[in-house]
Formats: sequence, structure tokens, C-alpha cells
Amino acid sequence: MADATLEHDVVQHGLPGAYEAPLFGAYSKKVGMWLFLASDSLTFGALLFAFSYNRIYTNPWPTPFHAESIGNATIMTACLLSSSLTMVLGVFAAQRRDRAWTRNWLLATMAFGTAFIVLHGMEWSKLIGEGLALPGFFTLLGVSQPSGAGELANVSKNVPQFPQAFFGLTAMHMLHVTIGVIYLGVVAFRKWFLPILGVIWIAGAFLIPSGNVFHYPIHVLGIGLLIAAVILFLKPKDYDAHDVEVSGLYWHFVDLVWMFIFPLVYLMSTKVM
Amino acid sequence: MHDVATHDDSKGQYFWVWGALLVLTAVEVVLAYRQVFQPVRMLEILLVLSVIKSALIIAYFMHLKFERALMRWLLVISVTACFVIMYFFFFPDADRIVRLGVK
Repeated sequence: MADATLEHDVVQHGLPGAYEAPLFGAYSKKVGMWLFLASDSLTFGALLFAFSYNRIYTNPWPTPFHAESIGNATIMTACLLSSSLTMVLGVFAAQRRDRAWTRNWLLATMAFGTAFIVLHGMEWSKLIGEGLALPGFFTLLGVSQPSGAGELANVSKNVPQFPQAFFGLTAMHMLHVTIGVIYLGVVAFRKWFLPILGVIWIAGAFLIPSGNVFHYPIHVLGIGLLIAAVILFLKPKDYDAHDVEVSGLYWHFVDLVWMFIFPLVYLMSTKVM
Repeated sequence: MHDVATHDDSKGQYFWVWGALLVLTAVEVVLAYRQVFQPVRMLEILLVLSVIKSALIIAYFMHLKFERALMRWLLVISVTACFVIMYFFFFPDADRIVRLGVK
């Protein structure tokens, strides 16, 4: 960001000529994050193209999203957009070296991200409860098809490309949001975040019933805990304004991807009552 | 180069961008839910709005607007070029299907 920009004539470490001036005028970790985001945007681009391909090839395309689902997805969108604003404010606080407010804004960003995940999980649960699922999903979970399953059960049976495309794309995005929340937690709280994440993971693993959509995905937190612990113990450091800024780039990208998923997946499959 | 003070002074612009993004989202929802346009036209309009929203996010929230021109253009052109190549693979068949009549 602003103070992270380097001029070409800056010579670091007092060794003239020892280090080449940065081509992009930015710190290497920021350039690295941008390059990762460029490649990740192609991943999501491919998924969105695949979704669109399914969409136009399938006639009729299911339209399961009525007012309640659209309202829910709109609130989720507002959560992500608001989280981007709090993230920007967090970066400003970090640049002011205001540790307390950096942590507060990052916490607010994580809260919005968590709200997004929970709302999305509720949406998934509702759709699964109405019978929308991947082939073999209920067998895998060891539960019977919901008794109230109706129209969407037929969709799962006759148009399996819809649940495959829907769950595939949104799961990939939700995974990115989850990684983002963990990333921000590590930057905001460092090692103190590990026990917090551990408690949430263990509590979730014990408390979430087997039929719930989060029953298995909760273990993503365990994997996240392991990776975060390895990073924090191998390279313990006090994250500075540049680290906050780089984590912010990732977070805004997650928001950015949703700006395409929301209209393509939800709004183009709206069911007008 | 911009210093921290400059950005703090212009913090208000980020609230405007946030407001614009919320308004654009509301416009998308209303257009889609009321089914104002036919599906293909609706898809075009929603995608244009999404591109505007993503441009706002990239330029302001991700701060690319304030980066060096080389970084700005290299990132935008390279990613856009990749999407154009993907589109060339996708477009001929998509066009054929649309001509057959998309619902």
C-alpha cells in the first residue's frame, strides 16, 4: 500500500549495488500475493466458465432460489462488502501503528467473514433439507433422504450437474473465506489464535450432529490449525503493517470472487413466486 | 509515492466505494428478482455490473489504483488476456447454444 511503496533509488542494507531496485516498486511479499491472486483468479475463472457451460447446456436449468434464498445471499454479499471496508480500516490502523485498532478491525472483518460462512452453511442445509445434494451424499453421511424432499430431490436426480456445479463452486469459495478468516486470525492474534481455533474446532467436531452440512467440513479448521501452528512456530514474528496489507489483499480477493458468483449462481437462478 | 497521512485524509472515499458497491448489489438483486430482462440480456447486464464492482474493489480496496503503473498494467493485462483466451474456447459453442435458444 502507500508506505509499502519503494522508490527505485532506495538502496537497502547500506550496500549500494548489492540489491536490485524492485521492478514494481513494492515489497516482494506484496508482489508475491498479487501473483498468487492472479493465478487464483484463473482457478475461479475456470470454475465460473464451467458453471456457465453447464448452465447454458442444460435446459431447463433449475431455479431453486426464491425470495428467502436471494435475501440470504444478499445479506451474505453485504457481509463480505462490509468486511472489505473494515479490512481497509484495519490496514490504516496498522499503518498508524495503532495495534489495538488494527486488532479490532481485523476482528470485525473476521466476524463478517464468519457470518458469511454461517449464513452460507444455513443456506446449504436448507437446500440439502429440500433434497438438493450430490449423488451419493446421503449414503456417505449415513442418513436417509429428508422426508420433506420434493422438487429439489428430482433436480438432484434428473439434473445432477446443478448440485455439482453449485456445491463445487460455492464450496471452493467458502474454503477461501475460511482460510481468509484463519489467516486474519493469525495476523491479528499470532500464537494466541491457535488455542482459540483449537477450541472452536474441537467444540464443533463434538457438537455438530452427523446430519449437518458442517459435520465433516469442520475438520478444515483442524487442518488450518496445523498449518497455522507450523507457520507460527517455524517463523515466529510480529506481523507489521505490510503483513496486514498483504492479508487484506487476499481478503478483498475473496470478496471480489463473490461479486461474480452471486449474480451467476444465485441471481441467474432466481425463482419468482 | 503516497504517505500514510494522505490516505488517512482520504479515508472517506472508501466509505463511498462501499456504499456504491452496496447500491450496485441492490440494483442487481432488483433487476434479477423482477426479471426485467430476458436471460441473455440479463446475464450481460449482471456481468457488466459485476465487472464495475470488481474494478472498484481492485482499484480502491486492493489499492491497485495507487500502485506503480507497471504493476497496475501488467497485472490487469495478463489476467484479462488469460480470460480472453478462455473465452475464445468457450464462445463459439456458447454462441451456438444461445442461437438454439437458451431458457
